[in-house]
Amino acid sequence: MRDEHSGATACRCLHFAFCILNYRMTVVVTGVICTNLIKTYGDLVAVDRLSFQVPRGECFGLLGPNGAGKTTTIEILEGLLEPDAGEVQILGLTWRANERELRQRIGVQLQETQLAEKLTVEETLRLFRSFYHRGRTVDDLLGLVELESKRQSYVGKLSGGQKQRLAVACALAGHPDLLFLDEPTTGLDPQSRRQLWQLLGEFRTQGGTILLTTHYMDEAETLCDRVAIVDHGKVIAEGSPRELIATLGAPRVVTHQGTLEDVFVGLTGRHLREE
Amino acid sequence: MNTSIDRGGSWHPLIELGIARLREFAREPEAIFWAFIFPILMSVTLAIAFPGSGNKPVIVGIEPGDGGNGIRAALQRAPGVTIRDMAPGSEARALREGEVHLLVVPTSPPTYRFDPARDESRVARLLVDDALKNAAGRTDPWTAREDAVQVPGSRYVDWLIPGIVGLNIMGTSMWGIGFSIVQARMRKLLKRLVASPMRKREYLLAQIGGRLVLLAPEAGVPLVFGVFILGLPIRGSLLTVSIVCLVGALAFGGIGLLTASRARTFEAISGLMNLSMVPMWVLSGVFFSSANFPQAVQPFIQALPLTALIDALRSVVLDGAGLAGVARELAILGGWGVGGFAIALRIFRWT
Repeated sequence: MRDEHSGATACRCLHFAFCILNYRMTVVVTGVICTNLIKTYGDLVAVDRLSFQVPRGECFGLLGPNGAGKTTTIEILEGLLEPDAGEVQILGLTWRANERELRQRIGVQLQETQLAEKLTVEETLRLFRSFYHRGRTVDDLLGLVELESKRQSYVGKLSGGQKQRLAVACALAGHPDLLFLDEPTTGLDPQSRRQLWQLLGEFRTQGGTILLTTHYMDEAETLCDRVAIVDHGKVIAEGSPRELIATLGAPRVVTHQGTLEDVFVGLTGRHLREE
Repeated sequence: MNTSIDRGGSWHPLIELGIARLREFAREPEAIFWAFIFPILMSVTLAIAFPGSGNKPVIVGIEPGDGGNGIRAALQRAPGVTIRDMAPGSEARALREGEVHLLVVPTSPPTYRFDPARDESRVARLLVDDALKNAAGRTDPWTAREDAVQVPGSRYVDWLIPGIVGLNIMGTSMWGIGFSIVQARMRKLLKRLVASPMRKREYLLAQIGGRLVLLAPEAGVPLVFGVFILGLPIRGSLLTVSIVCLVGALAFGGIGLLTASRARTFEAISGLMNLSMVPMWVLSGVFFSSANFPQAVQPFIQALPLTALIDALRSVVLDGAGLAGVARELAILGGWGVGGFAIALRIFRWT
């Protein structure tokens, strides 16, 4: 009787400990979990049972040719599009139940957003900062993206690289745990790209999680811990850039150093169309 | 929860959004031109085109022929009649196009050629007939004493200015809100904003709020112009005038949001704006009284927001009505504003 009781107690304790561990694990591992996402537009299946996970603190890249479903996927994860089917969990929360908290905790940079041209850089940041309940000051943000000297400039007068850094600063305004970036360096000159990479590297070192899409292989190799290659709405390969390059095998590496681009072209049978 | 909110030096999003809207407006010179100069131009033009009614002379043409000179001499002495000389052969055209209100053909007795459907032509017939019969030796049994009244506030232009104020509030609210929203949608700025924690209703409220700040000059410019240049009397209190303008702007703000809630291109929004505003230009009694329309459509006309706004403005400005006197109009405007906003919030296209 006593034994049974203590056994039950021990069991309960163990269960409790396991729950805590499990809870901690959940908190640690889930940046993004998406399972069997499906999104169709009429006859076009943009996202076709797509699944992957991004642990906290990781930088994860979605690679793929234009029209592969990258933007649709990232917009579903950002809670801007409703998937036809599938599950999405962001930072352990769901869009349905926790939209307001999630919006406070993520940062978003969309493809091709043009911020208001007749507002200055500082006014734009002030506006975005007002939406968040915590985060950096406008001055900190200006310093972070090195736009202090453009503080009073109209957004319409900025160069492409400066606009993109401002977009990232808006995404960072609420001190997010997770950053979504859709083709963050498309159309930028090499210097602007490196500047942005450095900025994202700093975000990583502070424990931030990044999910980005790109069709620049060098960007994925530089920034991402892991990548998923997406084509026709499906993940066709997933792993660290190094692992994926290793799958190329010997014959190709003889002629030149294998790159992620070789993996990509080998898998999708398509060349990247770099704009 | 509110106590722990740190906005990093920014104000409440509603205020920041409203200020951003105002800044964008103030930095568009064209927008300022249309909001402030247009109503003045319109008032001036209409004041010139429609001078005080009553003493406007009728314009009469005389066909060539025997006895024409006698008729000319008689009409030259007649008050309120102006003779227009025409090139021979162009008389019929001049009559058709309204250059002359009546043609006198020097037959014996004379023939009056005119379109009885035109008010001016009927007045011209009476004046000409009077003048010619007097010249021919008619003696009047008596002459009535005339008590001509020229009351400020009863002229056409006094009646017109509240209409122009209402038109201006409608136009600037609708175009201002409509174009800025469609532009933000086209530039994917709306999508970026809803990806942030911004509250959707705060964005929409700020669009209306930004307009309200501009209301003072928009409504004030034509009113001040009317009072100081044209001698428009404002019989009601300025506070009541302001409240009516404010409620009117809220109503058209709501309708503007609704009109812009789905449109994705400037072509689409222009079409929708014209579709909603042109009927009101015609029906709501801006330039002529809406009482001219048949009784059957009056309930519809009375329910239009521009009718309500203009009727309320005329009651307050010209008749000195107080808030209670325009309660019905304010309720109609409030309904349009709240309804428009609520539906817009529901069907708004953000992405």
